[in-house]
Amino acid sequence: MTMRLCLSGVGKTFTMHMRDGTRLPVLRNVELAVSEGECVVLSGPSGVGKSTILRMIYGNYRTNEGQVLVVDGDKIIDVATASPRRILDLRHRVISYVSQFLRAVPRVAAIDIVAEPLKVRGVEADVARDRAAEMLARLNLPERLWSLPPATFSGGEQQRVNIARGLVTDHPILILDEPTASLDASNRDIVAELIEERREAGAAMLGIFHDGSVRRRVATRAIDVGSFASV
Amino acid sequence: MLEDFTPSEAFVPEATAEDPPLLRASGVSHFYGNRVGCQDVSFELWPGEVLAIVGESGSGKSTLLGCLSGRLTPTAGVVEYRMRDQATRNIFDLSEAERRFLARTDWGFVHQDARNGLRMTISAGGNVGERLMAIGNRNYAAIRGEALDWLGRVEIDADRIDDRPEQFSGGMRQRLQIARNLVTGPRLVFMDEPTSGLDVSVQARLLDLLRGLVSDLSLSAIIVTHDLAVARMISHRMMVMRNGTVVESGLTDQILDDPQSAYAQLLVASVLQP
Repeated sequence: MTMRLCLSGVGKTFTMHMRDGTRLPVLRNVELAVSEGECVVLSGPSGVGKSTILRMIYGNYRTNEGQVLVVDGDKIIDVATASPRRILDLRHRVISYVSQFLRAVPRVAAIDIVAEPLKVRGVEADVARDRAAEMLARLNLPERLWSLPPATFSGGEQQRVNIARGLVTDHPILILDEPTASLDASNRDIVAELIEERREAGAAMLGIFHDGSVRRRVATRAIDVGSFASV
Repeated sequence: MLEDFTPSEAFVPEATAEDPPLLRASGVSHFYGNRVGCQDVSFELWPGEVLAIVGESGSGKSTLLGCLSGRLTPTAGVVEYRMRDQATRNIFDLSEAERRFLARTDWGFVHQDARNGLRMTISAGGNVGERLMAIGNRNYAAIRGEALDWLGRVEIDADRIDDRPEQFSGGMRQRLQIARNLVTGPRLVFMDEPTSGLDVSVQARLLDLLRGLVSDLSLSAIIVTHDLAVARMISHRMMVMRNGTVVESGLTDQILDDPQSAYAQLLVASVLQP
């Protein structure tokens, strides 16, 4: 199995300048690796730093210590020190991230939100829309909603748009932050099935799943983030 | 509390010979007498990138934009631009005529107040067509056709083509200004607070339009804004300015989700959440 993602000696401390520079250590010495075809689940109580790890990999949190290594073809990129431009490029081609909440853009239709990552990768607009439609259909989002901006959708509908956007491409690394949190049982099953398919197709996945049934189904391994907690 | 902010980390150029930036600013400073406008600003911008410059009024962001766009001569520093022939030139070494030609063809400049970017007494079609005529187009029908096409792209009804912008709403004027700037197919667009002063719904429409155009045309853009939500929605990268210097720069979502400097933390914490 080829390794896709490796964190080594990673630490994160927040410095709160508005509270007289209080330092809030969260993680230290994080060591983890994810290979192709694995779905590694981060476990531990809330506040322990699970989402922080995911965000450091995606690059929207800075990494203070250690290396966040991402395999990109024949190159290895350290996200902790990579330039913004390099990280954007990784997001386009290598790392996809499904966050807990959809950050909706006013006036952009659900189907275009889902098609966007494909278009960024150079897929033609029509083809991208077709693939987005397939994904939304698979996730049972009613077709009458596809052409509407998701701002007024329910939590579960927004989350399905978010999942569709995150899974529509074939990025080799997938970061999943509670993708099923606001879904009902039948939609949870569909998401679990999609994740299994991507795992079988060789994606390297790292995620947080609070729902026990989804976790048992998709996870190949669990890592207790509590063991990296800074005390 | 704010006095302890650290200056931005040392600037390390990352361009390589195979992958040159479109624009490179090195040590750009502008002083008004002994008052600092902006000081020692360095960065690189690549094709297709949108950079937001954020900060409060008086932070130097508009002064910096003026220097980058050749409208203000820096007191020190260099602004290099990769021309269409791929030659990289310091824009302040160009002749006045060359610089004006660049500004009319390969660049756009969207002003906060559309009255500064439009000719208020000529028709909407004339405003768009004028930029085409300035670069040598003389075929009236072709110019009018192109103007119509662009009015459509910025969602202005075709039957308004002969109306003057003074008869337009603020949002329409701003969209007309964008059409006027983009008609010549620029590679780089400078924008100075393009959405401030507009109603929120009008703002959202304009931002969405800008987002679409920037990605469809693979434009590079440098956008000055005090509005972090605008920066979040439209930019890839961000520079935070305070007292004329860059206090933090990086990926837009990284600065907004995990600001490092005291000042950026204060800015992010001060945003009202609806």
